[in-house]
Amino acid sequence: MSDFLIKGASLLGAEPVDLLLSDGTVAEIGSGLSAAGAEIVDADGLVALPGLVDLHTHLREPGREDAETVETGTQAAAMGGFTAVHAMANTDPVADTAGVVEQVWRLGREAGHCDVQPVGAVTVGLAGERLAELGAMADSAAKVRVFSDDGKCVSDAVLMRRALEYVKAFDGVVAQHAQEPRLTEDAQMNEGELSGRLGLRGWPAVAEEAIIARDCLLAAHVGSRLHVCHVSTAGSVEIVRWAKSKGWNVTAEACPHHLLLTDELAATYDPIYKVNPPLRSATDVEALREGLADGTIDVVATDHAPHPHEDKDCEWQAAAFGMLGLETALSVVQQTMVDTGLLTWRGVAERMSATPARIGRLSGHGRPLEVGEPANVVLYDPAFSKVVDATELASLSRNTPYVGRELPGRVVATFLRGTPTVLDGKLQ
Amino acid sequence: MKRHLLSAGDLTRDDAELLLRTAEELRSLADRPIKKLPALRGRTVVNLFFEDSTRTRISFEAAAKRLSADVINFSAKGSSLSKGESLKDTSLTLEAMGADAVVVRHWASGAPHLLANAGWSKSSVVNAGDGTHEHPTQALLDAFTMWRHLGNLDGRRVAIVGDVLHSRVARSNALLLKTLGAEVTLVAPPTLLPVGVEGWDVETSYDLDAVLPKADVVMMLRVQRERMNAAFFPTVREYSRRYGLDGRRMANLQDHTIVMHPGPMIRGMEITADVADSNRSVIVEQVTNGVAVRMAVLYLLLGGSEPAVGATEGTNL
Repeated sequence: MSDFLIKGASLLGAEPVDLLLSDGTVAEIGSGLSAAGAEIVDADGLVALPGLVDLHTHLREPGREDAETVETGTQAAAMGGFTAVHAMANTDPVADTAGVVEQVWRLGREAGHCDVQPVGAVTVGLAGERLAELGAMADSAAKVRVFSDDGKCVSDAVLMRRALEYVKAFDGVVAQHAQEPRLTEDAQMNEGELSGRLGLRGWPAVAEEAIIARDCLLAAHVGSRLHVCHVSTAGSVEIVRWAKSKGWNVTAEACPHHLLLTDELAATYDPIYKVNPPLRSATDVEALREGLADGTIDVVATDHAPHPHEDKDCEWQAAAFGMLGLETALSVVQQTMVDTGLLTWRGVAERMSATPARIGRLSGHGRPLEVGEPANVVLYDPAFSKVVDATELASLSRNTPYVGRELPGRVVATFLRGTPTVLDGKLQ
Repeated sequence: MKRHLLSAGDLTRDDAELLLRTAEELRSLADRPIKKLPALRGRTVVNLFFEDSTRTRISFEAAAKRLSADVINFSAKGSSLSKGESLKDTSLTLEAMGADAVVVRHWASGAPHLLANAGWSKSSVVNAGDGTHEHPTQALLDAFTMWRHLGNLDGRRVAIVGDVLHSRVARSNALLLKTLGAEVTLVAPPTLLPVGVEGWDVETSYDLDAVLPKADVVMMLRVQRERMNAAFFPTVREYSRRYGLDGRRMANLQDHTIVMHPGPMIRGMEITADVADSNRSVIVEQVTNGVAVRMAVLYLLLGGSEPAVGATEGTNL
């Protein structure tokens, strides 16, 4: 394995330094470094961040290889600066046994573009009826620590309570997709004035907030860890803030699209903007940004949800929920959080690397960029600007809501344990 | 006027008045022995129906035929949810057949919008009812009917009563009647008013009896019995008692007030038989006016700016 000498990178946005990556670790940090035989990477003007960690990715394999595979999904992740992704359990078959999680984990290792950490289903077949073998998944080679029925809510209060209790045995966490099912039957978009006008069934904020409130209380009651997926409303931010003020062990994520886009886009009836939870109001966007800035929202997670073209090229009501996110996440965070002065690059590293790794109990990721630490590094050019072109994406699918939109920044290089997965903006 | 008719809200006051005047000219055809004009000869109108609606389809069919257009009826039951042919492929097929206008009825809100804007076809698109979104030609025929009875609609009070939440008729009427200067009051139990209705620039009321004495028009909407099962109201009987139009309530109307219903009616639910068959009821006339209004829509979207009657070709009808 060759060594890489990164010259003049702005470490977490601070003064430029050189980093020598050798044998999979950060070997030296300093100015004017030289190393015989090392490949030089000119990082003038680039920000160096620890490799990003996504708590919420849909890789679609096994079952929907027409939308994404572990190979293409992890390529997209590398292009977005990620060195580890958590693969959600709603595959076909569902990742609810040790066998399936080990298969996904092994596919990730074979692909090699980033580490794939499978998420295990909470209930068998995501059916919300009985617990999956959580312990078997935890003890498997995949060492599952995050459990989620994402796509569906564990709406039964008793099941949720038991899941929260049970995962304590192996330091697991339940990541809840908070969506009260009866309040959201056939729901199509954020419930508000616009849904009434457009004649699209509303997805009310209360359907998310009611579940989050209940789950925070349950987590407190049984003394367990709760993670809230894709928080999308101002009310949810308030509830999480309240739960944290009580000292309860609750963490939460926000998605890039919820930090930038609003429900008004539904007026186009273009299902590229159909996502679950739905795009909300400008007030909600503002509250999410504030929550992410003050730490109420702990992490940014992509909810990268690839869908084949025909599932989006149809009537809104018939279309699938979800949008791509891996390759644009850092750009959207720069635009909404860094360029607005709400978050420093150090803060970005916290929210997109250190904290998600800690929640997912990934020991080799989210480490500080210090000597002796794993050489998971992303070099990012914040001065770059581009108009998003869906045909240039590494993902197998094209359902990005940012087509034609100008976004700042570009991932120039991603290193996974010292090996470049992306160099000069190209997959290796 | 725009090239498509997707929403009643797309019509300016000038557009709407031109449509009503044109409909008035065309309606006079109904009294002539030969009910046909050559205006759209050689043009093809496709009725693309993803949802059953015999009334609306035959109304558009009659309208197109009276303007001498070729009419193709395309009933595309099922949906892309059930993995039938997609809307896109259907649209490409119709485009290849040379449709000049596509009249579309669809169970999904926004489907006509998609047909018009997705770049699949160059035809004019007429929304004949989409999901719980809009039904602009129904609103036009309703406005036309009011206009014939009451004249100018400025300041006229229109009460729209019933299942506003699920009604595309109510949405289109609220938009068009505002454009024409009328004052709209939506009357329904709170469960059947859309969230955010306060932003619609209309009045709302939960009390039918308070609204009726001031109304110039009472438009009753169809209410499906099945809504009861989703807890929108407790029973049919209670609904009728609170929001049904019966003889007793009709007695509180002003002398000139008309009663409308877009059909199909459920007699005994939202309206009693004595009201539906009374001389205030213009429900049957709405059907006649529907053909005239749809002729005007097709004519103005496909024909041109000259007056519809008499100017095209030399035929002296």
